[in-house]
Amino acid sequence: MTKKQKRSALRIALSVVLLAVCAVTAHFVQLPQWAVLLLFAVPYFVSGFPVLAEAAGNIVRGQIFDEKFLMALATVGAFVVGEYPEASFVMIFFQIGELFESMAVGKSRRAIADLMDIRPDRARTVCDGQINEVDPEEVQVGMYIQVLPGERVPLDGIVCEGSAALDTAALTGESLPREVGVGDAVISGCINTNGVLLLQVTKPYEESTVARILELVENAGIHKAKSEKFITRFAKYYTPCVCAAALLLAVLPPVVTGQANVWSVWSDWIYRAMIFLVISCPCALVISVPLSFFGGIGGAGAKGILIKGSEHLENIARCKTFVFDKTGTLTQGNFTVSDVLYADGFTEKDVLYYAATAEQHSSHPLAKAVCAESERIGESKNVHEKAGFGVSATVDGKLVFVGSEALLRENGIAVPDNNTSETAVFVAVEGRYAGCIALRDRVKEDAKQAIAELRSLGVKRICMLTGDREEAALRDAKELGIDEVYAQLLPQDKVEAAQKIRSAITDGSLLAFVGDGINDAPVLAAADVGFAMGAFGSDAAVEAADAVLMNDRLQSLVTAVAVSTKTTRIVKQNIVFALAVKFAVLLLSPLGFANMGIGIFADVGVCVLAVCNALRAMKIKS
Amino acid sequence: MRKNFKMQDLDCANCAAKMEEAIRKIDGVAYISISFMAQKMVIEADDSRFDEIMQQVAKAVRKVDKHCEVIL
Repeated sequence: MTKKQKRSALRIALSVVLLAVCAVTAHFVQLPQWAVLLLFAVPYFVSGFPVLAEAAGNIVRGQIFDEKFLMALATVGAFVVGEYPEASFVMIFFQIGELFESMAVGKSRRAIADLMDIRPDRARTVCDGQINEVDPEEVQVGMYIQVLPGERVPLDGIVCEGSAALDTAALTGESLPREVGVGDAVISGCINTNGVLLLQVTKPYEESTVARILELVENAGIHKAKSEKFITRFAKYYTPCVCAAALLLAVLPPVVTGQANVWSVWSDWIYRAMIFLVISCPCALVISVPLSFFGGIGGAGAKGILIKGSEHLENIARCKTFVFDKTGTLTQGNFTVSDVLYADGFTEKDVLYYAATAEQHSSHPLAKAVCAESERIGESKNVHEKAGFGVSATVDGKLVFVGSEALLRENGIAVPDNNTSETAVFVAVEGRYAGCIALRDRVKEDAKQAIAELRSLGVKRICMLTGDREEAALRDAKELGIDEVYAQLLPQDKVEAAQKIRSAITDGSLLAFVGDGINDAPVLAAADVGFAMGAFGSDAAVEAADAVLMNDRLQSLVTAVAVSTKTTRIVKQNIVFALAVKFAVLLLSPLGFANMGIGIFADVGVCVLAVCNALRAMKIKS
Repeated sequence: MRKNFKMQDLDCANCAAKMEEAIRKIDGVAYISISFMAQKMVIEADDSRFDEIMQQVAKAVRKVDKHCEVIL
């Protein structure tokens, strides 16, 4: 508890004791009316002093529909009609509610701060053998830093010396440590569990992974959800309306019934009007909605899912169509050779040898897979790479073409028709077709299950976009249980395909796109909810996406949908419950069926229950 | 220019909404969002009059809740 909260708790405890003493005294000792009033004024002022003082201050500053003012008015009204204990009661409960609220909010703020406790406090720079401890913000790109076992990596960098297992749980929610060695990129925020690492810094602190994650999470509350905006708009009108109704309720019935000269009639209606004032404050609603979203975003963050705002968290649950990019998202993005076809006069090994030798310096994923498969790699000369098509080179004095079918045809080489349905690399030697190498990208192990789970969470339509050949795409789609496939797309066609899918949605639900951010940042931005998968590799993807999955597992997507569904359900429950109780009291009280106790429950009780319910959003099952 | 400010002792969610409402009416403010949970304000306003606008913002905030302060 903070100092302020402690003071408030003490005040409440003291008031309760005083109120009990007064109630007992008034019960056993026959006192004149004025003495009873004075007696109950003691606990009232002890408990209500800060509220009354603030209410007075608010009137001076022109804030009349302030909750403190309304409470003051309601309790003074209760005094006027002779309900002395109830006035103190309302005041005490109001303060209990406030105290509880502030503790709950503080608790959830702290919990989320703990979850996001990845900020490094210092970096150890190494310069000419000298080691200095400095603030990470002072370290410049290109400098060397040392990270000892047990320490948090302060800045993004590349390993220059040493190897270690990194614990990335705080960033990715992944419990298995990641092994890194010389040449590997390391992101800030991981914890070095065993070895000593020397890193060369690649990004300044402000652009490092840690700084960007923190900024993203801290600003998440800024993008407000629809239900949040609805509730603040509602609150704006609710309070004045209820107050006006209270005024009418106090004045109209005695006047209309012609009993304006009977005090007991007046006091009865004033009492009913005071119940209106007690429930006129919309605090339960207004606080529980952002509290739920904040909890949901924080809980998801602990699982390695960064959601950029309440708005997006709310929208995820409304996505009934999921569109996936194939390579790197549904598949592992690592190709392996699945088959080698060869023409007469060549062997399987020949085809691999020529292809690997020609492509050995290429960074294309297909080239790397071919090189990994070939037993032998010779020397190549005159290598020319034509982006998107392939390479030409001289291998052992022979002119070799390696690449797409189009590359070979372009060079006047006939390619037989029925070769393979897979992604393939074609090889020609000395102007003659030599064979082709079929490659496969395996689907992720958890992909099938994740898609099935998405369906069980209510996702209706699952589509796949890919630049691959149709046959290969359809086979993967069948294996994974995907409904629609859009194959052989160029990167620029993907937005159009997503829009086409979007235009078929007629029920008002939304479209989510999941991609790894390579080539698909425009689609991420165009989708209702864009998920960037596999972390912080691409700045453009993180910028364009609405949610970032820090690990490569599709299971995170299921968690994100589950969190969103749960959070929006909690928000709905709170709104419906609070409104139902308040309106019930608004109906019952003019009829004389409600008392102050029920009014207090409708205000403080509902607030406490709504806040407790909202805190559930933070807890996420793995 | 869009800037973030921390807010101290922002104690009630409804107050945050009222502050937003009041700040939105200040001349020169293009965008305002206050996050009660994060105790933060994001504001976009005229570059040339930014400081003057922020003075008015601080005043509007104090008018709703005198304990609450924008850390400029």
